Amino acid sequence: MSIQATHISKTFGDYRALENVSLTVPDGRLVSLLGPSGSGKTTLLRILAGLEYPDPDALGRVLFHGEDVTDLAPGKRGVGFVFQHYALFRHMTVEKNISFGLRAMPLSKRPSTDEIRKRVNHLLELVQLNGLNKRYPSELSGGQRQRVALARALAVEPRVLLLDEPFGALDAKVRKDLRRWLRTFQEEIQITTIFVTHDQEEALELADEVVVMNNARIEQVGSPQEVYDKPKSPFVIEFLGNVNRFRAGDSHHSTAEAGVLYVRPHDVEIQPSGATPHQQAIPAKVLHIFSAGNFARVALERIGTHEHFEAEVPRERLRELALEQGHTVTATFRHIRLFEKNGFIEDTNLLAP
Amino acid sequence: MAAIVSRTRSFVPPKSFRTITESAPVRWTLTAIAVGFLSLFLLMPLIAVFYEAFKKGVQLYLATFSDPYAIDAIRLTLTVAAISVPLNLLFGLAAAWAITKFTFRGKSLLVTVLDLPFAVSPVIAGLIFVLIFSTTHGWLAEPIKAWDLRIIFALPGIALATIFITLPFIARELIPVMQAQGRDEELAALTLGAGGWRTFFHVTLPNVKWGLFYGVILCNARAMGEFGAVAVVSGNIKGKTSTMPLYIETLYMEYQTVSAFSLATILSLLALATLLLKNFIEWRTAKSARH
Repeated sequence: MSIQATHISKTFGDYRALENVSLTVPDGRLVSLLGPSGSGKTTLLRILAGLEYPDPDALGRVLFHGEDVTDLAPGKRGVGFVFQHYALFRHMTVEKNISFGLRAMPLSKRPSTDEIRKRVNHLLELVQLNGLNKRYPSELSGGQRQRVALARALAVEPRVLLLDEPFGALDAKVRKDLRRWLRTFQEEIQITTIFVTHDQEEALELADEVVVMNNARIEQVGSPQEVYDKPKSPFVIEFLGNVNRFRAGDSHHSTAEAGVLYVRPHDVEIQPSGATPHQQAIPAKVLHIFSAGNFARVALERIGTHEHFEAEVPRERLRELALEQGHTVTATFRHIRLFEKNGFIEDTNLLAP
Repeated sequence: MAAIVSRTRSFVPPKSFRTITESAPVRWTLTAIAVGFLSLFLLMPLIAVFYEAFKKGVQLYLATFSDPYAIDAIRLTLTVAAISVPLNLLFGLAAAWAITKFTFRGKSLLVTVLDLPFAVSPVIAGLIFVLIFSTTHGWLAEPIKAWDLRIIFALPGIALATIFITLPFIARELIPVMQAQGRDEELAALTLGAGGWRTFFHVTLPNVKWGLFYGVILCNARAMGEFGAVAVVSGNIKGKTSTMPLYIETLYMEYQTVSAFSLATILSLLALATLLLKNFIEWRTAKSARH
């Protein structure tokens, strides 16, 4: 089931949560809405689910598989929604929670008690919680609750699965496991899925397509690789992964306004001081070395301008260089991106002296 | 076994235990003041009620309850409670639901109005109803006479005054509970295709049942015990519009001390039962919260 949202605007009083947002999600995709808090991502998800309505004066429409569902109640849209804090019915057992949607169906469509029990067991198997039928939500761990919420949403056989910060309330280890599990799970059942997150790592690892949102608008839509490697705006490059920023110098004077240069830490190479100077190399002082993990992070200060930046260096390389705090080195940039006031200019090799 | 015994013997309370509480004299003084105060103002009156009621023997105590006026008073009080508690149950649920789950114009006004009965003296509340419904000088005197209704000095007036006085109890009890629970469970039910009624009876109501029960027993206790407002609107006609609290006062004024206190024991027992139930509910909610 493909999802299409066109010209969606939403205001809460004076606050503008969404401004003329349009989005298309092809059938069977796993898409992430990524952005900082207040960017409008959750509001967009809730509008897709029918839990909020777009501003009536605007032209906002929501289409599922080409069919206009804008005025349809959430229960009639065929969406499965998983809430950030799960919103399990606290006084019902796992079994009752999962079967709630089936039991709420009109008599003509409602499956028999036997059929309901079978489906609940099947779903519990699917989310790997067999045998927990009679437990109450309070007796489950966070990860288990999350999966019960998922099973409950899937019980009514939705055409679309919407998840609001699905891993937000879990600890790091469980989050990682559950993330992988959801990935394979979604591939298996092939349901169009949209999830909201503020965690770029989560979005990049899990989604087929990432929708980067900022300030009530969509900044960029693309595959994880695309948004990471070809960011269309300073916001996207700064939000996705670590990045160093430098002021573009006067040497680049196509416009009056100085632009901003961005270099990813893994595009910074460190060489002993005195290595062949060229346009993309600058002298720098080592401030700190954080050497936990496969890659060491080296904090540097550019000599002359006192701009701080960071380099990611393999540990072996670090050993070769025998770096220590206070050393002066030459930093070479493999890949620089330049943004000016009116947008992305080019991949550049210009660097201010 | 021996190891365990020796370990328990060598147990010394950690120092932090001792340093965080006040010194013994302070603790004892504070406790003594609290217990003394409670005995003087709560326990003693309660004992006095039962002592006075049984002073001249069980026979005389029981005789009170064969007095037809007393029976009428008990019946009237029960009737008034049976009318006002269910109505306030409906109103309290509706008000708490509206206030906590929706935003609308005039919401803060509704919250203020809910507290009005707490702020207004019961006598004034009674007078308001007399001013509105009296057949001689009330605002609605004409239509009341035209339809031959009896409100003031009759059951409807007593019920109205009682409803007004007990209005806040249930809503006040439910609002914090519902606020704490938020709207997510209801929204989840909505996305699963449940309608409004199903959501209310299967999701909202079970979640607030103990708060609701607590509100109902408080509301009931107050409905049966209300004196001031009812005294103004009822006219206190023996056997007709005299509720239990009013009849107790009448008996006392007529120097029938034993009968007055005997009847008072019923209201006191109601108070005790209410407290017991309240404790039970608090224990239950604490248990389900721990879940």
